[in-house]
Amino acid sequence: MDAALREIRLALLEADVSFKVVRDFLARVREKALGADVIQSLTPGQQVIRVVRDELVGLLGGGAATRPLAISSRPPSVYMLCGLQGSGKTTTIGKLGRWLKKSGRHPLVAPVDLQRPAAVLQAVQVARGAGLAVYEHDGTGSPVERAREAVRHARQKGFDVVLLDTAGRLHVDEELMDELAALRAAVEPAEILYVADAMTGQDAVRSAEAFKARVPLTGVILTKLDGDARGGAALSVAAITGVPVRFAGIGEKPEAIEVFDPERMAGRILGMGDVLGLIEKAEEAFDAESARKLEQSLKKRQFGLEQFRDTLRQVRKMGPLESVIGMIPGVRLPADAQVDPRRVVRMEAIVDSMTAGERRDHRVINGSRRKRIARGSGTSVQEVNQLLKQYLEMRKLFQQMGPSPSKGQLRRLLGR
Amino acid sequence: MFGRLRQKIVDGLRKTRDAIAGQVERIASAGRPVDDALLDELEEALLSADLGPELAAELRDRLGQRLRGEAVGGPDQVLGVLREEILALLPPRVPETRPTAPPRVTLVVGVNGSGKTTTAGKLAALWGREGRKVVVAAADTFRAAAVEQMAIWAERSGAEVVRSQPGADPAAVAFDAARAARARHADELLVDTAGRLHNKKPLMDELAKIARVIAKEIPGAPHETLLVLDGTTGRNAVIQAREFTRVAPVSGLVLTKLDGTARGGVAVAIGRELGIPVRYVGVGEAADDLLLFEAEEYVAGLLAPPGTKGE
Repeated sequence: MDAALREIRLALLEADVSFKVVRDFLARVREKALGADVIQSLTPGQQVIRVVRDELVGLLGGGAATRPLAISSRPPSVYMLCGLQGSGKTTTIGKLGRWLKKSGRHPLVAPVDLQRPAAVLQAVQVARGAGLAVYEHDGTGSPVERAREAVRHARQKGFDVVLLDTAGRLHVDEELMDELAALRAAVEPAEILYVADAMTGQDAVRSAEAFKARVPLTGVILTKLDGDARGGAALSVAAITGVPVRFAGIGEKPEAIEVFDPERMAGRILGMGDVLGLIEKAEEAFDAESARKLEQSLKKRQFGLEQFRDTLRQVRKMGPLESVIGMIPGVRLPADAQVDPRRVVRMEAIVDSMTAGERRDHRVINGSRRKRIARGSGTSVQEVNQLLKQYLEMRKLFQQMGPSPSKGQLRRLLGR
Repeated sequence: MFGRLRQKIVDGLRKTRDAIAGQVERIASAGRPVDDALLDELEEALLSADLGPELAAELRDRLGQRLRGEAVGGPDQVLGVLREEILALLPPRVPETRPTAPPRVTLVVGVNGSGKTTTAGKLAALWGREGRKVVVAAADTFRAAAVEQMAIWAERSGAEVVRSQPGADPAAVAFDAARAARARHADELLVDTAGRLHNKKPLMDELAKIARVIAKEIPGAPHETLLVLDGTTGRNAVIQAREFTRVAPVSGLVLTKLDGTARGGVAVAIGRELGIPVRYVGVGEAADDLLLFEAEEYVAGLLAPPGTKGE
């Protein structure tokens, strides 16, 4: 188990989870994995995986149904977004506004970043691009006054939500943190959402804690999840501040926002190539009997076409191939990629059309046999050739590496 | 006397309890034996600065090699060893590339929200103060109001802006700007580009095209390509550096937002892996809040004890 925990520690640190959170997390996992509630049917490896997953999902706020955004008794409900510079507040405002509008609300965008050059203009353009109403002004005056005006305007015009786009600020900038507190006092937001960049490192906890100390955060919006950062910041912030992640930003388009999914995030943090999930699925699919047979034949350095076919079947049983391949570290599928499960079925059919002798020793499969096999399996000679090539490659890999299938094997197996 | 970089970093550090030095002070009390327990704690202190697990483990080993078997002489001793080891990891300073004939072209690239436009604005101001004639290409035609933001910065520093319609081809803007810079005998051409996540291939291809198009008009350009990294970014910054280096000739890093509590330790890992030096550090929103990177100052700031008065 120590080896497994070391791997998990490294995975979490590589995902930018705060080192303090990692320390506490591992202590808890160790305790639980050794605890009394051990399930007989699970191997030690599975035990650890299960505990790690459960703990991660729990910390990320899993289980509890996602709370809808609060509504003030006296409209409009003000949702104030705050965060560091460049975390994605304005872009998020556009997306959140659109999302709210789709669910039947009437949001008004209120830019109160009077700090950065052209920030008000940016908010106006983002709002327009997302088809949202915006409280326009020339960017002068004080943010508190502008926020009050926007709320008054919303009340008069019948908007039920005001999305307050505040200036990016560093948590150590006392003057601007005072301003944020003043904004909150002036407009009493129903939700104060902290916008955090998913790429943030160890500093995520320090800044989120500092914001929380000044204004009562009610949620986190994690942005830039369309990048390839593992997003350990989500875990750090949720674990240390106790503020749940509510939404995730997943692209630059106005509709690229979704309600946060703790289960998926847990998988991502542990490695986009969700190694643990792959092990788990593999363990589910490979029944003990065929695993034993496979191991025996491997010991004897025999990897015949029958074993190859069994492996194909196992892979097919592991679920939609996209999801299996998606779990392999380092392999990324284009968004529209589809792995044709029929292809694996065809590969199986080819092996099925061989004689027992051919399956035992592929060397006897000459040209005319290839033609026969192609006819018998309803495929082409090229496909038979390709399968034999894949088989040989896989056999080589198995002989080199032993029984556990690696990413290279799976990738080659599927011809990618 | 403290330099301004060190001051700024120290100012940010003062506000956090888990600065490396503060932790080392708690951990490495004089007389404590140098054993695994001590080294484990020091490794965690290093992790807090975003140096990453690999580098933290490596520094732990180096500390172990140099100190093991002795009793700790005190926090200063440990900090001294760390200082030497971290400095040794940073790539040597490389002089900036200057073309034989002006204009020198600087391309500013990075992911969304890292601080490209602000950095470009500060660079324009810096060069303006030095009396250099600057042309700025507002080639972020994608983000709302990015062109206006760049134009305001340029106006403040007296630089000329070449701009186009929102949604225009950024390579065309860069090309026009290159022409304009030559025609007006500018010393510097600064090209601000849109933020792009490094895993989006079409956007990365677009960046490669911008670099190509500039080179067509001004041979040898871009002379400098600055990758702007948000100093609060964690491990992902290494991947960013790797990917941007593939499509553009990245010659230096700009580490932004170091006036907070983030230390930007990931830059050390990047320097180690890719040999790309840090050129500038962003420490605020004012025009003069861009400082030349000094390795000694940076490491001193990184390891300054909490409570140190920066200014």
